[in-house]
Amino acid sequence: MTAVSLNHYLVVSGILLVIGVFGIFLNRKNVIVILMAIELILLAVNLNLVAFSAVLNDLTGQVLAMLVLTVAAAEAAIGLAIVVVYFRNRGSIQVEDVNLMKG
Amino acid sequence: MIVDFFFYLFAAVLLISAALVVSARNPVHSVLFLILAFFNAAALFLIAGAEFLAMILVIVYVGAVAVLFLFVVMMLDVDFEQLRGGFQRYAGVGAIVGAGLLFELAVVFGGWTLAPNAEKLRLSPTPADVTNTEALGRVLYTDYIFLFQAAGMVLLVAMIGAIVLTLRDRKTSKHQNIGTQTRRTVAETLEIVTISLGAGTTESGGFLRPKAPEPEPQPEHEAAGGHH
Repeated sequence: MTAVSLNHYLVVSGILLVIGVFGIFLNRKNVIVILMAIELILLAVNLNLVAFSAVLNDLTGQVLAMLVLTVAAAEAAIGLAIVVVYFRNRGSIQVEDVNLMKG
Repeated sequence: MIVDFFFYLFAAVLLISAALVVSARNPVHSVLFLILAFFNAAALFLIAGAEFLAMILVIVYVGAVAVLFLFVVMMLDVDFEQLRGGFQRYAGVGAIVGAGLLFELAVVFGGWTLAPNAEKLRLSPTPADVTNTEALGRVLYTDYIFLFQAAGMVLLVAMIGAIVLTLRDRKTSKHQNIGTQTRRTVAETLEIVTISLGAGTTESGGFLRPKAPEPEPQPEHEAAGGHH
């Protein structure tokens, strides 16, 4: 491992995860910022995986981090496509208006 | 030590820009702070020795995902000030949930140790003499080939899904519509008229053309135009 210990990485990624969760609650109406907060959460996961991979000298963590990165990119693309289609149909992206499928 | 200093620097900028992502007033600023956060996370990856992932993070996230966010934020003409309502209302709930999560993480962090046989349980130990990219390639295309292909499949499905979702069908496009094609009957495409010798079809109403999409009446001279 490097000069920086594992605990430093864990603290940083924990705070990053909490910021992401807090951002989802803070921007309840703006779905684009919610997607960005999800990206932050996944970034915290990646940071954890890479830190453990470096400490244990095990490459599996980095392979998993690549998979998480792929899924995050796909999720962002699909999410933004849904936002664009929703905006085209309704003229707004207010998350609270999305209740047409409520029973 | 210099590595420690840079770790603290990058971590501080990462956390500050992450906080600004979720609290910025303008979503364009949010995206720009997200890009800054990704750059600093890539620097933290570099410090941990994951060079390939750091480069991937810069290329994929900053080059593709963040730019996609930027495009969407700038192209959608959204009244973002209106979306800011309820900011204070949800801040309390978010703070409570965030504090709870932070407390749980702190509890986990306090009682956490590495398993004594963790070294023996490694699936693919890092080889000492090759670079990070080469070592990652050696395991990615051999031991984790199915994971690699599954990731490719996820990307393919996402690509097709995004295209299908956002593809707009233009009214002027001339592509084949099989439903309309098979729904056509003889009665609406063909009419047999009996015309006396030497007389045109003008007084009998002309030929029945295949029905146009809009039922506007054809001018008289145009209806007889196909007769010569």
